[in-house]
Amino acid sequence: MSIFLDKNTKVIVQGITGREGLFHTNKMLAYGTQIVGGVTPGKGGTTIESGQPVFNTVKDAVDATGATHSIIFVPPFAGADALWEAYEAGITLAVCITEGIPAHEMLRVVATTPGMRIIGPNCPGIISPGKSIIGIMPSQVFKQGNIGMMSRSGTLTYEIVDGLTRAGFGQSTCVGIGGDPIIGTTFVDCLREFANDPETVAVVVAGEIGGSDEEDAAAFIKEHLPNKPAVAFIGGRSAPKGKRLGHAGAIISGNSGTPESKLAAFAAAGVPVADRPSEIPGLLAARLNVHA
Amino acid sequence: MKLMEYQGKDLFRRVGIPTPSGVFATTADDVKTFITEHPGSWVLKSQVMMGGRGKAGGIKFADDAAQGETLAKELIGKHLVSIQNPDGETVKSLLVEEKVKIAHEAYVSIAIDRAAKKPVIIVSAQGGMDVEEVAEKHPDAIVKAWVDPAIGFSPFLARELFFAAKLPAGYGKTFPKVVGALYDMFMTYGANLVEINPLVLTEDGAVIASDAKVELDDNALFKHPDIAGWNKAAPTDEDQAAGVAIGLGMSNYAKFSDEPGEPPKNVGTIANGAGLGMGTMDAVKNAGGGAANFLDIGGGAQAELVKNSYKLVTSDDRVTAMFINIFGGITRGDQVALGIVDALKGDDVRKVPLVIRLTGTNAEEGRKILADAGFFPVETMDEGAAKAVALANGGSN
Repeated sequence: MSIFLDKNTKVIVQGITGREGLFHTNKMLAYGTQIVGGVTPGKGGTTIESGQPVFNTVKDAVDATGATHSIIFVPPFAGADALWEAYEAGITLAVCITEGIPAHEMLRVVATTPGMRIIGPNCPGIISPGKSIIGIMPSQVFKQGNIGMMSRSGTLTYEIVDGLTRAGFGQSTCVGIGGDPIIGTTFVDCLREFANDPETVAVVVAGEIGGSDEEDAAAFIKEHLPNKPAVAFIGGRSAPKGKRLGHAGAIISGNSGTPESKLAAFAAAGVPVADRPSEIPGLLAARLNVHA
Repeated sequence: MKLMEYQGKDLFRRVGIPTPSGVFATTADDVKTFITEHPGSWVLKSQVMMGGRGKAGGIKFADDAAQGETLAKELIGKHLVSIQNPDGETVKSLLVEEKVKIAHEAYVSIAIDRAAKKPVIIVSAQGGMDVEEVAEKHPDAIVKAWVDPAIGFSPFLARELFFAAKLPAGYGKTFPKVVGALYDMFMTYGANLVEINPLVLTEDGAVIASDAKVELDDNALFKHPDIAGWNKAAPTDEDQAAGVAIGLGMSNYAKFSDEPGEPPKNVGTIANGAGLGMGTMDAVKNAGGGAANFLDIGGGAQAELVKNSYKLVTSDDRVTAMFINIFGGITRGDQVALGIVDALKGDDVRKVPLVIRLTGTNAEEGRKILADAGFFPVETMDEGAAKAVALANGGSN
């Protein structure tokens, strides 16, 4: 088991013939992801080099392939449109890699696509190591195992996962939830799935300053994950107020999104917070009573 | 992108929210000419981003053209300092506005509630003062309503808020129209925040937006190229302008001020990715030092951008050592290393001791290239941060 995807998940790529889309399609195929086709309006009827069919619309692609999952590589102005097209075609999980979609469009998309899980936008995607990847992460740092991992950042995920893998902690599923203010899937949504996943024995929450997703995650862990140890990390703890740091979501404004609030929430939930990524495997080992 | 008051009011007028009559002025002559042509009492409001402008002496009243000219000369070029903004801000322009006769001051704003994933409308009958202060002292005086984006704004929301906030009856009929227009503006222009404080009820019974605080989502600016240009005309954030000038994203560079009781911020940092960038500055702090900045070079770092980022960070005189932290994924470590070495060959950069942490794809090859060129390649983030802090403070490693 794993969450959100496994080795049989059928995936289409929206924007499959674009530079980024094609590059990552080939990498995902090499990893073993069941990419069954893709969409580029105007290129329907053709195939990419490895043989996957290209369709004009998501509906055509879903009808012909039975795909349930989609990964979206389109420019920011077309992001909301791509998500709505996926929803109307019956896609149940869409990973949106696109960075720069206006928050207001995401507000409307999230409010009008009930039942479709959206990962992102502005995220590196999801991976169940050894099974499938729907994303752009460098898959070589991941290893199959039973740690559930979720993060708001891309490169910080690689940093943390690299440490976990080196310490012998493989991962069940890693979810990059995205760095934007309005995202489809929050830490709590991931935790709800991990709580019911027998393969996942412990979870790592890699948050950052801004918003209240970490506080919500802490409360959820306390309530619903009594038997799954958790370790957290908060990026940007040394940031001053009012400075937006790369991610649109990473900003301390007023008293909201401060590291103090997040640390207090995790403390109240009994979740140790690593001061640095390199401490995560040790904290995890202590919680699991094993040697890192 | 934050807007100045006069820019925010421009958007208010576009959606039909009444604002005081007046004129935008950049010289004392403009003010004199305007008041000569429009005799009466006028308010001169300094156009600055900072809060606490009134207490800092940035608002003056003029009863005739001569007085207006004198006060304008005094204000334009003045450096305003307030408690909220100890660094202060220099006044470059004024908004000259009619003095409205105030019967009541209310507060209304719309912001994005991230957790609810909905816009939230916030209303208080206690306008004209700092809303955070009101929230602290009289939490009951603040009422909220969430808009379902699938439905959009409907006047009942404003009516509920009107009654819950106990606004004076005089606001009654106009209030839903103002809130509806504000919501239109919020969605159309893609705002993170629109705030009217105060929303004035005049003695004549009119409802007028006396101030405007507007912050737009940078990602939505492409829809409104005319507004995107406002930012260029008047760069509102020096860090943002400096980063964009070398080809970085809007929020990929931020400089941090020194703070009393904390180690000097003398370590420059560069990383690939926002999360790793934040992790890098945290690592510097954990190592007992202070990061002078945050800089996310983004994916697929090119040699030229590395060089320009290095130049930008070292243009800060406080920086006495640099820590470059790269986690190679799709980016190959040897290519990054070659880029760094090549970029720093020239004499046109201020050179400071440089620590480079390189891991991921082809990291070993990369570290060898760096070591051969005389840099300090390290394997882990903690090790690199410790070394950079030591070098910044005059140590050898």
